[in-house]
Amino acid sequence: MKSIIDRIRQGRLWGFPGGIHPPARKSLSNQSSIEELPLPERLYISVKQHIGVAGRVCVEEGQSVLKGQALTRSANPFAVPVHAPTSGIIAGVINHPSAHPSALPEKAIELIPDGKGQWAELSPLPNYTAVAKSKLIETICAAGVAGMGGAGFPTHIKASPKKDIEFLIINGVECEPYITADDRLMREYAWHIRQGIDVLCHLLSPEYVVIAIEDNKPEAIEAMKVACNDVEQYVVSAIPTQYPAGGEKQLIQTLTGKEVPKNGLPSDVGIVMHNVGTCYAVADAVFNGKPLIQRVVTVTGESLQQPKNVWAAIGTPVSHLLSECGYDSAKQSQPNIIMGGPMMGFALADDSIPVVKITNCILAPSAEEIPANPVEQACIRCGACADACPVSLLPQQLYWYSKANDFEKANEYNLFDCIECGACAYVCPSDIPLVHYYRTTKADIRAEEEEKHLADKARQRFEARNERLIRDQHERDEKHRKAAEARKQSMQSDGGSAKDKIAAALARAKAKKQASADESANQSANVTTAPPAENSTTETASISPTAPAADDKKQKVAAAIARAKAKKLANAAAADKPSTDAGEDNAASPKPVATDAVTENADVTPDNNIAESTDTTSDDKKQRVAQAVARAKAKRAERQQADNNNADTDNEDAGETQKVETQELDKDAIKKQRVAAAIAKAKARKLAQQNQDNENNS
Amino acid sequence: MLILYALIAIGVLALIFGLILGYASIRFKVDADPLVEQLDELLPQTQCGQCGYPGCRPYAEAIANGDAINKCPPGGDATIKHIADLMGVDAIPLDAAHGEAPVKKVAYIREDECIGCTKCIVACPVDAIVGAAKQMHTVIADECTGCDLCVEPCPVDCIDMIPVKTTAKSWRWDLHSIPIKQVNS
Repeated sequence: MKSIIDRIRQGRLWGFPGGIHPPARKSLSNQSSIEELPLPERLYISVKQHIGVAGRVCVEEGQSVLKGQALTRSANPFAVPVHAPTSGIIAGVINHPSAHPSALPEKAIELIPDGKGQWAELSPLPNYTAVAKSKLIETICAAGVAGMGGAGFPTHIKASPKKDIEFLIINGVECEPYITADDRLMREYAWHIRQGIDVLCHLLSPEYVVIAIEDNKPEAIEAMKVACNDVEQYVVSAIPTQYPAGGEKQLIQTLTGKEVPKNGLPSDVGIVMHNVGTCYAVADAVFNGKPLIQRVVTVTGESLQQPKNVWAAIGTPVSHLLSECGYDSAKQSQPNIIMGGPMMGFALADDSIPVVKITNCILAPSAEEIPANPVEQACIRCGACADACPVSLLPQQLYWYSKANDFEKANEYNLFDCIECGACAYVCPSDIPLVHYYRTTKADIRAEEEEKHLADKARQRFEARNERLIRDQHERDEKHRKAAEARKQSMQSDGGSAKDKIAAALARAKAKKQASADESANQSANVTTAPPAENSTTETASISPTAPAADDKKQKVAAAIARAKAKKLANAAAADKPSTDAGEDNAASPKPVATDAVTENADVTPDNNIAESTDTTSDDKKQRVAQAVARAKAKRAERQQADNNNADTDNEDAGETQKVETQELDKDAIKKQRVAAAIAKAKARKLAQQNQDNENNS
Repeated sequence: MLILYALIAIGVLALIFGLILGYASIRFKVDADPLVEQLDELLPQTQCGQCGYPGCRPYAEAIANGDAINKCPPGGDATIKHIADLMGVDAIPLDAAHGEAPVKKVAYIREDECIGCTKCIVACPVDAIVGAAKQMHTVIADECTGCDLCVEPCPVDCIDMIPVKTTAKSWRWDLHSIPIKQVNS
């Protein structure tokens, strides 16, 4: 512990395996100080900007907001809010291309600045040591501070670890080429950063604080040394320039010689790491009460006239930053804009993508600087990638397994320990885009796991459902058995009173039926699939609509029955012929006859439709119901026509009768029609059965 | 006499071994065919019935009894490959008679057209549809396996199968969209 800090003080560091030395190209942008930019016309503030979950949008379209006002809210500890970068009017909550390699549209809040920049009421905590730590953490969370180094992990979670912390490491390494945002920030706002470190120190109470800066930034090192020289506990350490020295695990290894365990967190080895930008944001949140609404972005590349660092409001479209720095896409032979550094960043598919909290660089290189992807050639097994890998993986093996989609093997070779730094692809003489293969394979493996998880869930639900169905069946059987027993017993006990009992039971049953008529209606719908229950079901179906009968309904039903009888008469004539055919099938299933009845209904549909469309009833719900019925009928008709040709004569007759009826019918009475149809169906079936019986008898 | 001893000896031996075997068959009883379990693990659990069996488990049993392994369209070639590995047979292409390889879909009920008939609820193998008689129904999208079984029973055709949209989370890295080789000094 003491020896580690001694070694750091003496500059005898451990280092990590592999690593590369790409040209830094930092002087393009680190010569001038950070500039303020005029606001763009519109800001697009992504709702989800960090790892974790998105908050709920708590503003509406047309609402005017003040600078620093929270736009989202969430009770989830893994969510941090986003804030209005300036005062203005919310133009809407829209789907806007996201700052993600896919550029898929995601939820964003569109804000039109009013140019006043009027702040919301701020509540700074200048005397932070006097308040409870939980209050301080709450303040940091409410200010929307998320790790600004790259991953965007919510800072308030990292600031309240469960374990004892030995080292707080402040990451000012910035090892990726081109990027100078942290460099300029340290040079110009060293004291501000130091204040942020003080706050984090208060929260974490580490034994030592190490501020690590690559030795190619002497000015930044000097500035931080000056800012921190009054505290013995703070150590500013210059580390050798090497890519990817700024990776969390690599930096820990360089400084302390400790390795973060697989699937572990730095806090497992007593270390917490924060980026310098995060420290700045924490200081801003605590001492000024200002939420995280802007950040330093390096806008660089040779195709820009003035590459520089700028204060960009969160939500600024990339196109605005580029035009402010003198970018002309028309002059470029191959317009190519990269968000992030050249090693780990991604090409932007759309320049309206906004700056988010983790955007540290916008790179617009010229064609000579970063040529188009060279053609991938075969692997020559030189092993250069294995030498460059900072995590001591075997990139070559991973490449083969990724290419062959052998996920198991890839996992075995620890694909998920790959930090996607791109060092292997950089050194590859065959120009193989190795990291792409790894990313694709990682995504595939994750997708497969997700699918597996879903499949397990589906299986559970399927099994639970089957169990329930079996249980229900048992229950029903049991009930039937008991009822049968009870009947038997009452029959056996003295014969005289049995009749009375039966009468009473019938009365009870009737009362019950009336009460549960609605229910039986659904059940009947369900049970129709079970053939043994067929007959009883049809009965209930025909009874149930009448059962809840208020008096007026009874009348309707009577009318319906009358109609149905008329139809039956018509059918009876026609049924003589087809029933012989149908009768034979009938023993197995009553379906064909039932379908006859169904087709009758189907035929009515066109008339119904016409009648309806001409009618200009304003009641649109009724209309919708009618439409639904019409569709249902049309569907059935279609199906019937496909597999039932022998019912033609039947159809014609029935169709005529129905047509006459429909003209009489009011459109309100479609329900009536349905009842009639159900009864007709039941009757038709009965008739068919009778016919069949007759036939059998004869 | 000698024969009698021999018979007794053999008989005693037979008894002992019989007891051992009897004990072992109780002690080391295998409940079900473990192969079926393993096969069921590999199937996608959409319970769609496109294989001709009423669910994934019955198909797993059928495979264990020698049915073809290429009848599962939702699983696609990946599932066939896994099953082939497990069964020690050659992977064969998907049998087109059972449907095309899938785009992942979920059912969507057009709610203003739903008449509340509960037929789809009965048809859903994973209880992913909620609703009651004469009330509007809706699909729990996260639980829907996209099996299509609810589409046919709907009397008013108000169920659509909608392909699942790609989100940033499910997005697959597209090769060659990022420049890797860079910085010519």
